[in-house]
Amino acid sequence: MQISLSHFLIVGALLFCFGLVTVTTRRNAVGVLMGVELILNGANVNFAAFNHYVVGGVSGQIFALFVIVLAAAEAAVGLAIVLAVFQTFKTIDVRYADLMRE
Amino acid sequence: MGHESTQLVPVVVTHATWLWLIPLFPLVGATINALLGWKLQAMFGEPGKMKGGRGKQLVHSIAVAAMMASFAVAAYSFVQLKGLPAEERFLQQTLWNMFTAGRLSVDLAFSLDQLSMLMVLVITGIGTLIHVFSIGYMAEEPAYWRFFSYLNLFVFAMLLLVMGDNFAVMFFGWEGVGLASYLLIAFWYTDPEKAAAGMKAFVVNRFGDFGFIIGLMLLFWGLGGAWQARPGLVRNLDYVASVEMNSNAGASTAAESEALAPRVHGVKVGPTMNFRELRDQVVIEATGVKEHLAGTTVWGVSLLTLIGMLLFVGAMGKSAQIPLFVWLPDAMAGPTPVSALIHAATMVTAGVYMVARLNFLFVMSPSAMGWVALIGALTAIFAATIGFFQYDIKKVLAYSTVSQLGFMFIGVGTGAYWAGVYHLLTHAFFKATLFLGSGSVILGCHHEQDMRKMGGLKKHMPITRWTYLIATVAIAGFPVANGFYSKDEILWKAFTSHHLALFGVPTPWLGPLIYVVGLIAATGTSFYMYRSYYMTFTGEYRGGGDHHAAPAGIAHTDHHAAPAATADHGAHAAPADDHGGGHHGGTPRESPWQITLVLAILAAGSVLTLFLGIPVLWQHTFAHASTAPLLEHWLEPVLSAKVEFGHGTPAMEWLFQGLGVLAATVGFVAARAVYKDNKNEAALKAMIERWKGVWTVVYNKYYVDELYEVIVLRPAARVASAFSWFDGRILDGLVHAVAAVTKAFANLDGAIDKYVVDGAVNGLASVIGWAGGALRHLQTGRIQTYLYGALGGALVVVLVNFLIS
Repeated sequence: MQISLSHFLIVGALLFCFGLVTVTTRRNAVGVLMGVELILNGANVNFAAFNHYVVGGVSGQIFALFVIVLAAAEAAVGLAIVLAVFQTFKTIDVRYADLMRE
Repeated sequence: MGHESTQLVPVVVTHATWLWLIPLFPLVGATINALLGWKLQAMFGEPGKMKGGRGKQLVHSIAVAAMMASFAVAAYSFVQLKGLPAEERFLQQTLWNMFTAGRLSVDLAFSLDQLSMLMVLVITGIGTLIHVFSIGYMAEEPAYWRFFSYLNLFVFAMLLLVMGDNFAVMFFGWEGVGLASYLLIAFWYTDPEKAAAGMKAFVVNRFGDFGFIIGLMLLFWGLGGAWQARPGLVRNLDYVASVEMNSNAGASTAAESEALAPRVHGVKVGPTMNFRELRDQVVIEATGVKEHLAGTTVWGVSLLTLIGMLLFVGAMGKSAQIPLFVWLPDAMAGPTPVSALIHAATMVTAGVYMVARLNFLFVMSPSAMGWVALIGALTAIFAATIGFFQYDIKKVLAYSTVSQLGFMFIGVGTGAYWAGVYHLLTHAFFKATLFLGSGSVILGCHHEQDMRKMGGLKKHMPITRWTYLIATVAIAGFPVANGFYSKDEILWKAFTSHHLALFGVPTPWLGPLIYVVGLIAATGTSFYMYRSYYMTFTGEYRGGGDHHAAPAGIAHTDHHAAPAATADHGAHAAPADDHGGGHHGGTPRESPWQITLVLAILAAGSVLTLFLGIPVLWQHTFAHASTAPLLEHWLEPVLSAKVEFGHGTPAMEWLFQGLGVLAATVGFVAARAVYKDNKNEAALKAMIERWKGVWTVVYNKYYVDELYEVIVLRPAARVASAFSWFDGRILDGLVHAVAAVTKAFANLDGAIDKYVVDGAVNGLASVIGWAGGALRHLQTGRIQTYLYGALGGALVVVLVNFLIS
């Protein structure tokens, strides 16, 4: 079976959906951050796939590398926020961090 | 009636800068005492002393000093006035413009001519003396400051009245003296009877003032008509109006008004309130004003007669003539100095002054003059007879004043203006002496006013007795004192006047008739005055009857400590009030020096003023001179209206003077026979019994008060209650109905506002509030919830996209 662009896109979309579901349903703030990683990586798959099948060269991979670096930075900031949330609410359950309501 | 053929000229005015000081001083005195008097009395009064010590001294010093200062300025003005040529004696000062309307401009201005000068000297001179008298008389009055404040206020108003350069200022004074009179009559206002007397005086005066105002309006209207009628009257005169006749150009300042005023021969023509301008345009025939006024009729009555009669109605009120005299006897409820100053010497002569001041108007209407003279004569005899049987010494003097005022009006009514004014002057002296003498007697008899309880006072009060006797001689009309000269001149002029008319009908017999009435009144005058003298001063003292019961020791020390006795609030109070046990007993005693000194000065004045009126006849006979009496000569330029009197021969004049003395003698002898030493009491009683009916009518003052009660008061009360009913039922009903309708409408409107308008607004607000309350739950603060929303939205967008494509 020939592996085509569609297969890559389906994998990327699945990753994105899983990430989305994780972000929206996890109660643990760290889990939410993990969901965000899944979304970003779904996008990375798309970058690599489109580069290979449509554009050529290495620009897609470069983008994917940027995204990975960005994700690392984002994870650092996100975890710092999770720490701050924990200090404030004595928990990292996102359901309780609802000071912004109403 | 005829006028002097010599050409009359406009009054020459000399401007003076000090005239305003004359009324200013009493005003300042009144103001200081009114505002600070009680404080002074409280601060400096010595509580131990009944008389109030230094505080009262301060109070009366202020008042008397004000009067003296005013008198000094008046005397200075007299010297200045005398320095001018006789025809130019007219001092004038304009303080400021009160109001200007078109060609009418009214200033606050004072003027002094010979007539007002005389009045001012009388007011300030006799006024000062009476202020001094009051120091002794009112010594124990707690509201001392109030008394002196009112007294000064009165003098201020009276000075405005006589010094006013125009009707407005005069009217201000006219009303001011009415107010002061009211305040002083009702001075002891806690006594309802005295308070009522004050109100009576005020209300009766209002009636007179009403006539006065209407007279003024008619005069004003007539003058306006004269000005309007000018074009028709222009014959070959150099009439130059600065503006078009019918232009309605207004003026807002005095200067503009002056420029607008039409003039004829330099004389301002048109509506004016100024006496001088009025006199000029009326007496100078070239202006045509006189012609116009004389030709105008209102409802068939000559305008001039109407004006004269209505102005005299004002004089009736103020000068207590029939039928408006009823307030004056009641006015005796005031303190005695007030009776002397206001109700004898000055205010009540305001009417005489006014008629004399407007002599040029009255002289144009024989009917108005006849009316004045007739009322005067009727009043003279009417009041004199009431005086016969009164027992209250002040009431006798009150009716005497009414009667003498009647004589003055005979004078000014028949055209003998100077004689009327002269009687005003002589009356001011002798009646002030009599009133103050009666005050001294009342004080000496411990506030007893009933002559039946006096008697024999000549032993105890020699100075009072002599001064009272001199004044009695003066008023009775013996040639040794001033009353004879004025009264006789008036009666002689009345007899020789043939020009009087009544309601347009010439009545040459009116003058002689008035003479007869006046002569009888003069006899009566002599009788009741000697009666009061004999009852009071001769015989045995009858007033001590109830004092023997009083504890004598205390009473005597009291007398020495307080020689002036109490200025008792209730002069009519029963003699047995408990604190006064000591004051009501004892023998009468002479009054303090402030009182006797004033009495002596006034009595001297009553004699000395006779030299102002020595008849031409006497001068002719004894000195071969034929100059007019001093006062007549002095007043001549002011009283320019010339009335022609019949000429009697010297023999006839002597005869009439003899008749005058005879009348006085008859009254004197009769009174002496009946009342001297109280000898003929039994005969008197028998006589009263015999003529009981007549006596009762006269004693009860002809039931005039009762007549007023029936004719005026009851109908007035009935009308008032009818109006009250109308007001209460009809007017109030209407008002209430309107109110009810309005209220119902308002309620409806309120309901609409509450339920419809507010309902809409509140409904909208609650919908929004409810929606907000529902929607607020969407904001949970959880990012995941929002993410659901975003996903849902994206899903919808994608699905719609699919569906559409």
